[in-house]
Amino acid sequence: MPLASGSLKAQLRRAERMRKLRAFALVLPLLLFLIVTFVVPILDMLRLAVVDRDLAAVWPHVAQSIGTWTDRSKAPPPPVFEALATDIRDSYRARTLPLAARRLNYAIDDGRTLVFGTARRLPETSPDWRGTLIEIDPHWGDLKTWAAIDQASGPLTSFFLLAAVDRQKTADGHIVSTPSGQAIYVEVLTRTFKVSITVTLLCVVLGFPVAYLLATQPPRRANLLMILVLLPFWTSLLVRTAAWIVLLQEQGIINHALIWLGVIDHPVRLIYNRIGVYIAMTHILLPFLILPLYSVMKGIKPSYMLAAKSLGASPTEAFIRVYLPMTLPGVGAGALLVFILALGYYITPALVGGAADQMISYFIAFYTSDSVNWGMASALGTVLLVATLLLYWVYDRLVGISNVKLG
Amino acid sequence: MPAGHQHLTREERIWRAVLYVTSGLVLFFLMAPIFAIVPLSFNSGTFLTYPLDGLSLRWYNAFIASEQWMRALRNSFVIGISSAVLATALGTLAALGLTRADFRGKGLVMAILLSPMIVPVVIVAVGFYFFFAPLGLTASYTGLILAHTALGTPFVVITVAATLKGFDENLARASASLGAAPVETFFKVILPLIAPGVASGALFAFATSFDEVVVVLMVAGPEQRTLPREMFSGLRENISPTITAVATIMILVSVVMLASLEMLRRRNERLRGIRST
Repeated sequence: MPLASGSLKAQLRRAERMRKLRAFALVLPLLLFLIVTFVVPILDMLRLAVVDRDLAAVWPHVAQSIGTWTDRSKAPPPPVFEALATDIRDSYRARTLPLAARRLNYAIDDGRTLVFGTARRLPETSPDWRGTLIEIDPHWGDLKTWAAIDQASGPLTSFFLLAAVDRQKTADGHIVSTPSGQAIYVEVLTRTFKVSITVTLLCVVLGFPVAYLLATQPPRRANLLMILVLLPFWTSLLVRTAAWIVLLQEQGIINHALIWLGVIDHPVRLIYNRIGVYIAMTHILLPFLILPLYSVMKGIKPSYMLAAKSLGASPTEAFIRVYLPMTLPGVGAGALLVFILALGYYITPALVGGAADQMISYFIAFYTSDSVNWGMASALGTVLLVATLLLYWVYDRLVGISNVKLG
Repeated sequence: MPAGHQHLTREERIWRAVLYVTSGLVLFFLMAPIFAIVPLSFNSGTFLTYPLDGLSLRWYNAFIASEQWMRALRNSFVIGISSAVLATALGTLAALGLTRADFRGKGLVMAILLSPMIVPVVIVAVGFYFFFAPLGLTASYTGLILAHTALGTPFVVITVAATLKGFDENLARASASLGAAPVETFFKVILPLIAPGVASGALFAFATSFDEVVVVLMVAGPEQRTLPREMFSGLRENISPTITAVATIMILVSVVMLASLEMLRRRNERLRGIRST
C-alpha cells in the first residue's frame, strides 16, 4: 500500500509538472517574441548610454596610450602626443576624421574646428610632437582637451549619463556641475515634471465631478454619459491634437467666441505655448483619471452616506468625512497613471507647444533622428525609463498593473 | 425637525446643481474637439473657422484624390490588421498559459509581457530604431508590423485573461474526457466561448497600431507612412482642411470600434450567463 501511494504521489507530481510545462509552453512564443523585439532593443539602448567606442575606433593609438597619462596635473607624456599626431593623420587620409571630430564636439566647444584645423596643418614629421601640436593649436596643451579625449576613449563612459543630469567630469576625475550656459537637461527634466504635475492636478479637478456623476446616476443614463468619456478616449491622439490646433489658433473658434463675448478685444495666443500644452494634454489624459476613479466610486455603497447622515452629518460633512476618503485609492491610481503617461508625452507638446515647452521625450527623439547623438539619446532615455519604472513599481504596489481598466 | 430637514435638502440641491454644471462643462470639454472638427470637414471654404461658407464634400474629394492620403489609409489598415492578427495569436496563447497554471518566474514573465504598455513609447521607438537599423528593418513593413505587434500584445493578454477567468474549466475537462485532443478542445470548446474576449483584444491591438505615431515617425520610410504620420506632417506645416476630413473619417473608425467593443462585451456577458442590465 505505501509503495502504491508513493508511486501515485510521484505520478501526480509528474502530471503537475507536465501541466506547468505545458502552460509555460503556451506563454513561450509571446515571451520569446517580446524578448527579441522589445526587451533586447531596450537593453541595447541602455548599453549605448554607457558604451563609447566611436573615438577608439578611429583613433586607436591615442585611445590606447592615453592610459599612460597618470599625472593629471600636467599634459600627457610625449608618446601620447605622437600617437595623437599619427591618429589624426591616418584618420584624415581614411576620411574617418569626422567621426572623431563629432565625438569630441560633444565634450568640448569647437572640438570639430580644433580637430580639422590641426589635421590640415599637420607636418609629415616632427622631432617634438608636443611642441608642434601646441603650436598649431594651444588647446592641445589644455588639460580639458585631454580629459575629454580620455573620457571618450571608451570602452565605457559615464559622460552621457552625467550630461543627462547636467554634470561633467573634470580632468582629475571630480564630478562637477556643467556651466550654466550649457546646462539644459535639468531644466528639461524639471519642466517635464512640472507639466506632468499640472496636467495631473487639472485632470483630478476636472475628472472627479464627472466620475462622481457617472457613479451616482441610474445605469441607463450613466451608460449614455459614459459614451461622452469613451468616444474621445478612443479617438486618435492625432485627431484630438488636430482639433485643438483648429480650436485654439489665432483665428480659431475659441478666440472668435471670446471676442464675441467681449472677454477680450484682440485674439490671444492660446497655442504654441504652455497653455496649449496644458489644454490638449489634459483633454487627452482626462479619461485615464475618470475611468479608474469611476470604478472605485461604483464600489462605494450609498448606505455609508445614509448612515453618516442619519447620525447627524450634513451632506457636505458626510461627503467630506465619509465618501471622499473612500475615493482616495481611485484618485491615487488615476493620478499616478496620468502622471506616468504624461512624463513620456512627445507628440502633443511637439505639435501644440513652443520651443520652451518641449519635454524630455522630444530631446530623446531629437538626438536619435535629427542630430545623431545616440549616446545622449540613450542616456536621456535611461533617465526617463528609470523614472517611469520606479513610478510603475509604486503603482503596482498600490493598484496592481494587471488591474488596469481598458474602458 | 422639519426645518432642519428642509435646510439639508437645499444644501443637497445646491451641491447637485454644482455637480451637474461642472460635470456638464467637463463633458462638453471632452467632446468639444469632436464637435468642432466634424462640421468643418464639410465646409466649402478654405478657412478652418466658423461660420461655414457652405456645405460641400470637397475636402473628402481632395482626400480620395490624393495618392499620398490613400497610401496612408492603405498602410494604416495593412499594418493595423497584420499586427492585430499576430498580437491576437501570440497574446491568446499566452493568456491561456498564464491562467492555466502557476509556474516559477510567473511574476517576471508577467512583467515582461505587460512592459510594452508601460515603457514610454518614445523609448520603444528609439530601441526599435537602434536595433532595426543594422538589420535593415527600418523603412520596411516587416519592422513596423513587428513593432506594432509588440505594442499591441499586452492588451490582448489582459483582455483574454480577464475573459478566461469566467471560463468554466470543467467544460475543457469534459471535452478531454470525451476523447478530444487539446487542439480540438481549444477550437471547438474554448475558443467559441472566449471569442468575444479574443475579438476585443484584437480590436485593442488594432486600435493601438491605428493610433500609433511615434514608432512610425522613427522607423517608417516614406512608403510606410500611416494616417497619423501624414497628419503629423500636415499639422506641422500649413494645415489643409483635408486634415479635417481625415480626422472625421478616423473619428468614424473610433465610433465603429467602440460600438463593436460594446457589442462584444454584451455578447461575452451573455455567454457567461451574466444578465446585462
